[in-house]
Amino acid sequence: MRTGVIAQKLGMTRLFDEVGAHVPVTVLKLDNCRVLAVKTDEKDGYNAVQLGYGERKDKHTNKPQLIAHQKAGTKPAEKVKEFRVSGDSILNVGDVLSVAHFEKGAFVDVQGTSIGKGFAGPMRRWNFRGLEASHGVLKAHRSHGSTGQRQDPGKTFKGKKMAGHWGNETVTVQNLKVIEIDTENNLLFVKGAVPGAKKSFVFIKDSEKKTAKK
Amino acid sequence: MLFGLLKKIEKANIEKLASGKKIPEFKAGDTLKVHTKVKEEKTERIQIFEGVCIARKNNGINSSFTVRKVSASVGIEKVFPLYSPVVDKIELVKTGKVRRAKLYYLRNLQSKKARIVEDLNATKKAKELASEAAKTEKVNVAENTIETAASAE
Repeated sequence: MRTGVIAQKLGMTRLFDEVGAHVPVTVLKLDNCRVLAVKTDEKDGYNAVQLGYGERKDKHTNKPQLIAHQKAGTKPAEKVKEFRVSGDSILNVGDVLSVAHFEKGAFVDVQGTSIGKGFAGPMRRWNFRGLEASHGVLKAHRSHGSTGQRQDPGKTFKGKKMAGHWGNETVTVQNLKVIEIDTENNLLFVKGAVPGAKKSFVFIKDSEKKTAKK
Repeated sequence: MLFGLLKKIEKANIEKLASGKKIPEFKAGDTLKVHTKVKEEKTERIQIFEGVCIARKNNGINSSFTVRKVSASVGIEKVFPLYSPVVDKIELVKTGKVRRAKLYYLRNLQSKKARIVEDLNATKKAKELASEAAKTEKVNVAENTIETAASAE
């Protein structure tokens, strides 16, 4: 299992393939994605690499973080994330990962934080149809209605779709194809949509389920 | 800075797609001949769709235009992405005189009422421009051939 990388979402655009068909792509940028620390089986009980993305000012970093970065010999990173790896694909501290980490045509899983939508009612959050406009319905036109049955089972089942907070949660999209790689600008063009707002951080890993045909 | 980069990429992509083909200046109301590449198993041929441009949408690489024609008394509309490699050539046939940017009202009109008055002066001007451009291109090509011939010698 290889390490993933930290990237930033730039936004979506379109490309045209050889046939002339249009391909919707999300552009992801890597910025000096380097290894800050390494965890090994003997020492820590598991294998992992800690990656840092981008740069932030010293004065905006707290002291423990600052010292940890100084030990790794780099400037403080904007975003830090640990990726589990298998023993044979451990990296060294100071290694820099670029988009060349991935191949064109390969499949990746992308994890991000979805756009927060606040407290949403059942109609918007779960596409419920609401109650009727007339026939005696009072002040409950956009409510969900009943939430269960009678004395048996006598409770509302867990996971019942109701109003509540929507979005701003970790979402993984699997099996996205890498359409193009721009090594000059360190950009990855991935087919389809990726969770999160523009400028938000995402984590890209090799696809768990799908591998490219050889 | 980040978003500037995306715009730059899009711009470069547009330039790459638009190079090698000329997109004439046209607007809603103009009659166009759109040459599209059609792939059939092994051969590739050009299909021409002629009609009135009823809308143009400008949105960078996502720009598109809609062409409408009436075939066998059935209205047909096609939306072409402006920078698609499938669109081989766009030919301006007539320039129309219209007072709207989007001519969706044509959908509700028939036969004589659905006609658009031609802007004769504008058509003439556009055709002159096109012929001049073609001439200069020919000259350029000729010069190039002379140069290559000279270098070959």
